[in-house]
Amino acid sequence: MFEITEKKELAHTVYQFKIKAPLIAKKRKAGQFVVLRMNEHGERIPLTIVDSDEKEGTITIIMQEVGKSTAILGDMVTGDSILDVVGPLGKPTHIENFGIAVCVGGGIGTAPVLPIAKALKAAGNKVISIIGARTKSLLILEDEMKQASDELYITTDDGSYGHHGFVTQVLQNFIDEGMKIGVVVGIGPVPMMRAVSNTTKPYNIHTMVSLNPIMVDGTGMCGACRVTVGGKNQFVCVDGPEFNGHEVNFEELVLRNRSYMKEEKLAMEEFTYHEGAKCYE
Amino acid sequence: MDPNETKERMKIPRQSMPEQHPHERIKNFFEVPYGYTAEQAMEEAKRCIQCKKPLCVGGCPVNIDIPWFIRLIAEGKFLEAAHKIKETNGLPAVCGRVCPQEDQCEKVCIIGKKGESVSIGRLERFAADYEREHGEVTVPEIPKWTGKKVAVVGAGPAGLTVAGDLVKKGHKVTVFEALHTAGGVLMYGIPEFRLPKRIVQSEVEYLKRMGVEIVLNAVVGKLETIDELLANGYGAVFVGSGAGLPNFMNIPGENFSGVYSANEYLTRVNLMKAYQFPEFDTPIIRGKKVVVIGGGNTAMDSARTALRLCPEEVTIVYRRSREELPARAEEVHHGEEEGLKFQLLTNPKRFIGDQDGRLKAVEVVKMELGEPDESGRRRPVEVKGSEYLIDADVAIVAIGNGANPLIPQTTPDIKVNKWGNITVNPDTGRTSKQGVFSGGDIVRGGATVILAMGDGRRAADSIHEYLTTGVW
Ligand SMILES: Cc1cc2nc3c(=O)[nH]c(=O)nc-3n(C[C@H](O)[C@H](O)[C@H](O)COP(=O)(O)OP(=O)(O)OC[C@H]3O[C@@H](n4cnc5c(N)ncnc54)[C@H](O)[C@@H]3O)c2cc1C
Ligand code: SF4
Ligand code: FES
Repeated sequence: MFEITEKKELAHTVYQFKIKAPLIAKKRKAGQFVVLRMNEHGERIPLTIVDSDEKEGTITIIMQEVGKSTAILGDMVTGDSILDVVGPLGKPTHIENFGIAVCVGGGIGTAPVLPIAKALKAAGNKVISIIGARTKSLLILEDEMKQASDELYITTDDGSYGHHGFVTQVLQNFIDEGMKIGVVVGIGPVPMMRAVSNTTKPYNIHTMVSLNPIMVDGTGMCGACRVTVGGKNQFVCVDGPEFNGHEVNFEELVLRNRSYMKEEKLAMEEFTYHEGAKCYE
Repeated sequence: MDPNETKERMKIPRQSMPEQHPHERIKNFFEVPYGYTAEQAMEEAKRCIQCKKPLCVGGCPVNIDIPWFIRLIAEGKFLEAAHKIKETNGLPAVCGRVCPQEDQCEKVCIIGKKGESVSIGRLERFAADYEREHGEVTVPEIPKWTGKKVAVVGAGPAGLTVAGDLVKKGHKVTVFEALHTAGGVLMYGIPEFRLPKRIVQSEVEYLKRMGVEIVLNAVVGKLETIDELLANGYGAVFVGSGAGLPNFMNIPGENFSGVYSANEYLTRVNLMKAYQFPEFDTPIIRGKKVVVIGGGNTAMDSARTALRLCPEEVTIVYRRSREELPARAEEVHHGEEEGLKFQLLTNPKRFIGDQDGRLKAVEVVKMELGEPDESGRRRPVEVKGSEYLIDADVAIVAIGNGANPLIPQTTPDIKVNKWGNITVNPDTGRTSKQGVFSGGDIVRGGATVILAMGDGRRAADSIHEYLTTGVW
């Protein structure tokens, strides 16, 4: 059992949790994730480790309620315990001094960008970050990203805050201005990662994305998480989660992530029905 | 035994084991055979003529004293029979169900030369079930702690056997298991209807009662490496991490939704209980038309699992002929009774999907048997122009597993062969790294439960020796 020692609401249905897991806290590196199972009937879901505190023995995760499993987690409070937490899984981000590193986070994807931005900064990079959300109230980790970066740019799709438009427009501006970018890290919804990769591809700028396929075990045993990268099958949980964005078959990933849409909807309906009063927009 | 009695005994027909009717059982996940009653077991036990030089013992990978335990059953001493088996086999309720006895002890049983061999596996199962169901599982006395600690990587049959043997010798043992449940393939791979999970868990509980510590959710290599375990007070490490890396065919369309590895399909259903979705949260696509690719036990398990999820049709596609099907005859027979279809001498060429990326058909091609290959089996070759489509919304790829690379990757001084399997001295289970032993599927590639357990037993002996003498 893994106790929740702190819970914070970052935006509507977006929560940050600190979870007691001393060994994982000690071992984890930027870019790695954990697999959680909330209770005996639960499924196993992957979430990025955003931060850790070795002294406290805790790891930090950030999640958004999108289905039944995340809704169950979202309902948990400080003092509750998660049944299973396994990690740190996946390969750590390859960190070196690239010169200028542009870190792009879309929506909840800003959460996994944060530890990478910190690590890149610590390695001597000039870190320029762009974080975006649909609207101001959904923007997360602004202060944390500001601290981790040399410069921070903000975009909202509806113009309610920061630059009106998409993260890729800011990125394109940098390129047009002739910025010497050493690496771009782009994490967020699949269409956003595809857009970031498409933006940098014509200029051959090294671009890393962190993929979020459906997983089961998270240890390379099942192949649920497979994606095509550079024409080859890769298991995201052991070969990734980070890959060269110019080589990822995003179309396939989108379709694979929709494999259980019907089932997820059914599970969610049952769940909200049994829960009674809980409202969803 | 006097010759007359031997003759009498040889007249007794092999006792069949009652089982669920196929029409009933494809609607549930309960175990198919019910097991012998006490009367049937005693009758079957009488068929054993108590050979002076029993061939069956040599056919058993862990050399159970078969005639002895069978005699005890014939005499109605069921608990004693169970204890006798447990002297050499820590998981008899499991082995009695899943061992390929027809290739081992029963294959060489003398009675089988003229008629049907003694049902050694069913008798083993009976004795173990009797002991468990009568609540008389006693824990052996554990000697005083030797002061030594051993770490075991993986709670499959190999690792569990090592753990059980070493606590009985007075060592402290900690088993690290990556998944949230102990048991390895017994929990995530072999289906409930062939091996009820409560049986596996009661074996695990038994080990815990003996003092084995099991740490779940612990991926060795990620959490702690083997070097760290050795530095942190463990005198020896046993690696029993299994063969968990599913092979794919690398043909077009393999990543459409609805195409599963057998590991994923079985893990969803067995470990995560997707057959009880939405009561359990893990979903599975319940195909109407299911195609299973491969002819081994894993293919058979996948197909029979699919049959229990309300399909219209489940078809095995296998590239060789019926004679070459590697699955146990009994499983093929059970599958056929349950309505399983076979397209033999057929091989998939590509998967075809719709615009949403969902599987809709498998294109296959007819094969014919050509010249024998290295394995001595005739090599299947494509019949030109014989391609056709099989409608399918689920396809399960069951063509074997490679070695899990995690341990070798994080412990480079453990030598592996070109397939990534850890190389060991077969007599001792010693790897190239001092203090590290290995066995089971990570060494052999996909093998069997009993071979994994045999490896565990040998490794436990040599770990004990190493810990006592300090000599590598
Ligand atoms: C579907 C299927 C059906 C089968 N049917 C039969 C049958 O009827 N009869 C038979 O005899 N055999 C059968 N087998 C084969 C048999 O199950 C295996 O040979 C046997 O389980 C191997 O045992 P093992 O202990 O080596 O490994 P496994 O059972 O694979 O166990 C390995 C364990 O190690 C864990 N692990 C892996 N890496 C790590 C790590 N880094 N840290 C911590 N833990 C780790 C895994 O999670 C797993 O729990 C079947 C196999 C399958 C897949
Ligand atoms: S070979 Fe057959 S008959 Fe002989 S002891 Fe073994 S089980 Fe009994
Ligand atoms: S989640 Fe099972 S192999 Fe990656």
